[in-house]
Amino acid sequence: MTVTDVVKDPANRRMTITAEFGAPVERVWQIWADPRQLERWWGPPTYPATVVDHDLSAGGAVNYFMTSPEGDKYAGWWRVSAVAPPRRLEFEDGFADADGRPNPNMPVTVVAVTLDDRDGGGTRMEITSTFATVEAMDQLLAMGMDEGMKAAMGQIDALLA
Amino acid sequence: MFHALADATRRDIVAVVLAQEQSVSELAVRYPMSFAAVQKHVAVLERAGLVVKHRRGREQRVRGVPGALRDVHGLLDQLESLWRARINRIDMILDEGASP
Repeated sequence: MTVTDVVKDPANRRMTITAEFGAPVERVWQIWADPRQLERWWGPPTYPATVVDHDLSAGGAVNYFMTSPEGDKYAGWWRVSAVAPPRRLEFEDGFADADGRPNPNMPVTVVAVTLDDRDGGGTRMEITSTFATVEAMDQLLAMGMDEGMKAAMGQIDALLA
Repeated sequence: MFHALADATRRDIVAVVLAQEQSVSELAVRYPMSFAAVQKHVAVLERAGLVVKHRRGREQRVRGVPGALRDVHGLLDQLESLWRARINRIDMILDEGASP
């Protein structure tokens, strides 16, 4: 069991998940810092991700798209707000139009990643995901059942589970 | 819905009327604000579908809508499934490196 803790805070629109890995912090950082590794886990296997731009410096951008089994593309973007390799990364995560431009009508989440040494070796990774605004949450609620949205959110995993 | 729940008084009203139906006057006694202000909060909650209002005699009664909040929790549940799936995939990638 890798996930050790999940805390949900509806009033603050926030979910915190903690996981532990046997690998050291420097190795776990690579799954974020290496775009080829990021592509392998960000989206579900049925919606593989392709990372187009990958700049993890403060203010930097990551642009990617995911491809559905039918060949439809769902684009997304990150804006890095804070970074301290190999232990801390914070970014905004949003959706983009087909041409890669951020779509303001789609919700933005703020993701904060912290990597710490675990007692006895390995890494403790804490991820906090917060719906950026009240409106972001309302947008998601309004289109909660939309198939494309589920795909873009990687929800297909939950459907297959 | 989150706009409706962004206010602490409104969150409290939802909790109270989910537990037991209240009149607007009864609610007004609970909070240090005017009857009109409480009425406004109730109207916001009503528009968000979190409470329903009905009349009994001269009283306006307010009760919670069970399940209306489930969607908010549902979204956080979806975030949890999303990240659980990602963490499983990360685990598999890290395990590859660990094997000889």
